[in-house]
Amino acid sequence: MDFNLTPEEEAFRGDVRSFLDEHLPPESDRGGMFPLRWAKVVREKRWVGFSWPRDVGGGGATVMQQAILKEELSQRAAPPLGTCIMGLAWVGPAIIQHGTEEQKRQFIPDILDSKYQWCTGYSEPAVGSDLAALQCRGVRDGDHYVVTGQKIWTSLAEWAKWMILLVRTEVGREPKHEGITCLLVPMDSPGLTVKPIRDLAGHSFFAEVFFDGVRVPVENRLGEEGKGWQITLGALANERSGIAEVAGLRRRLDRLRELARVRTLDGRPALEDARVRRRLAEFHTRISAMRFNGLRFLTRQVKGESVGSETSINKLHAARLEQQLAEFGIELQGSYGALTGGSDEAVAGGHWQKQALGWGTTVIGGGTPNVQKNIIAERILGLPHD
Amino acid sequence: MNFGFTQEQQILRSEVRKYLEERCPMEDARRIMESAEGYCPERWKEIAELGWLGLLVPESYGGAGLGWVDLVVLLEETGRALFPSPLLGTVLATLAIVENGSPEQQQRYLPRIAEGTDLFSVAWLERADVLDPEVQATRAVREGDDLVLDGEKLFVTDAVSASHFIVSCRESEGPEGIALAVVPADAAGVTVTNLPSIDASKRLGKVSLAGVRVPADATLQGASGRPAGAAALGRLFDHAAAAITAEMVGAAEGAHAMVVEYAKARRQFGSLIGRFQGVKHPLAEMYVDIESFKSLLYYAAWCLDEAPDEAAEHVSMAKAYASDAFTRIGIDAVELHGAIGYTWEYDAQLYLKRSKWAKAMFGSADHHYERVAELGVV
Repeated sequence: MDFNLTPEEEAFRGDVRSFLDEHLPPESDRGGMFPLRWAKVVREKRWVGFSWPRDVGGGGATVMQQAILKEELSQRAAPPLGTCIMGLAWVGPAIIQHGTEEQKRQFIPDILDSKYQWCTGYSEPAVGSDLAALQCRGVRDGDHYVVTGQKIWTSLAEWAKWMILLVRTEVGREPKHEGITCLLVPMDSPGLTVKPIRDLAGHSFFAEVFFDGVRVPVENRLGEEGKGWQITLGALANERSGIAEVAGLRRRLDRLRELARVRTLDGRPALEDARVRRRLAEFHTRISAMRFNGLRFLTRQVKGESVGSETSINKLHAARLEQQLAEFGIELQGSYGALTGGSDEAVAGGHWQKQALGWGTTVIGGGTPNVQKNIIAERILGLPHD
Repeated sequence: MNFGFTQEQQILRSEVRKYLEERCPMEDARRIMESAEGYCPERWKEIAELGWLGLLVPESYGGAGLGWVDLVVLLEETGRALFPSPLLGTVLATLAIVENGSPEQQQRYLPRIAEGTDLFSVAWLERADVLDPEVQATRAVREGDDLVLDGEKLFVTDAVSASHFIVSCRESEGPEGIALAVVPADAAGVTVTNLPSIDASKRLGKVSLAGVRVPADATLQGASGRPAGAAALGRLFDHAAAAITAEMVGAAEGAHAMVVEYAKARRQFGSLIGRFQGVKHPLAEMYVDIESFKSLLYYAAWCLDEAPDEAAEHVSMAKAYASDAFTRIGIDAVELHGAIGYTWEYDAQLYLKRSKWAKAMFGSADHHYERVAELGVV
């Protein structure tokens, strides 16, 4: 074991740090023209799509460079590298891996420039965690697929210009995931309608999407017909490294500690209470465990071994921590915990209440904790499938 | 950056595992833990020849001169096998002597430890059970060239089989006044009593010292000639907590593997029980916890050798997380088996008992989390 970086990696980190010193002002000073300037400089630096091959416009970074950059950025609470959220997270990698040259030319530069949003048409009303059972139909008709059916929980559907969509092109095929095909669909296609859904926090980030005989050209198919499921597997694997989330969770814990310093329990600072101290120490320990888990995965990746289902470990930790940190924030407030933002009486402007209602995307989005447990049990422990 | 084991360490692991599978499968372990001695002298000789006892002993004193990460490999495997032996005392005494002994003292004690001739243990905890290295009721008074010890030590690992104890005691006021004295078990005034332990594979004892006379040069003095002091004892405590956490990793994996195998073989309601989420999910949670306290332990072990300033906080994180998690794993391992798990013959109970021993020894989860709060949060 050796936790030191090589001289080249040290030099890279130094380069990252001095670049951030120059281009990233403190959080209070990031208004005005800053977002535009940031988008421009990180794109020029090839930090957008940093892990992607250089010939498609990415940064061609090694695994260690990616990890170093992610850690430095999250420690300074830097804004995201590019705003095309799903395009950068999984649509781009899927197109690079499975797309035609024409598809790469058409989509990759736009994703790197964050020209527009992508959305992801996977979940359906009858099909949530059991994605492979999806029913939305795609029927080949000459040079087109005709899509009929419904998707749901589609984040950003109202704003997206394109959708990466999974449809069933073969009914009754066993195993059922072999009848699935991946299509790239313009959101302004005739017959496609979007109906926003309001979430429990009052926002409408996700929506229902209806397909009524939507015609999608065959050249918009990603990969082979019937091979759509493999594309999803690769795509979901991209979003689960875990190390990048550590700094964010640490910042939340810092904020929780400050809350414990100013709140009182029986006339004494909550931070002096043994129970409170133990809870904070447990959070700190689990966040540290995530970091060291992540470093172990990273080591295996650097050695060229594949890291797959194990990343569900940190995904589970992150989901639980996100909920529990917020809950403890409310708990520390006593009766004030019942107040939400909107009055001077609310603690920290209702920050913790907002956190306690706002975890849907991370906890449920990439697969609920129970799904993560199934992944671990079946793929790592080798237990029989449900 | 490399957070993994070297090829040599992987070879060490497979050799240790192979030896234990061949020479100490669970039925042998049971027989040994139920014997009067609590360990097997023949196997002790074998593991000395394999180099386990001299793992941490510098090469100049007849050992392999390896470090903490190598030790983790060894202890994970002995933990997995619930190997009943006085290895823990040997490890801790070796660390105490390597870190605090003068060259002359190292020459005197270490070769005999490495070859398995002398069985050392560390006697530091007392009736008051205060986990503070400065709080020592055992006294050492200088009389001419001798040191006279009076006191009582509890929770001494493998006390009955030990030939020597490293006894912590107070010689004078202040943190520098804590000494570590090497006391032969057969010295006049030493009485050793077995204290039945919740885990028969982990013997504990009481060591009473009534006017025990040892030469003054029996207290560990570094090259500087200064007594070890409370800081050295505190560090030894970290070594102990980390060592049993390494055993907990192996034992928890052993318990977990048992249930996973059972879930793949046992049928109920016309189905393998491993298909039910009521079985599947606890097994996944156990796996998440084991991997997580394992990661914490590996980093703590690395710190103990390479970044001593960070060691205390990370050892405490690992021991605290492991204590809580292994407690649940021990219980679940029995419960998920149903009635068969609750029987004497079935091995699940052995892991359950190890979990209870390990959560109590060298600092509870509460104790270690408070230290994490102090060192890492507040």
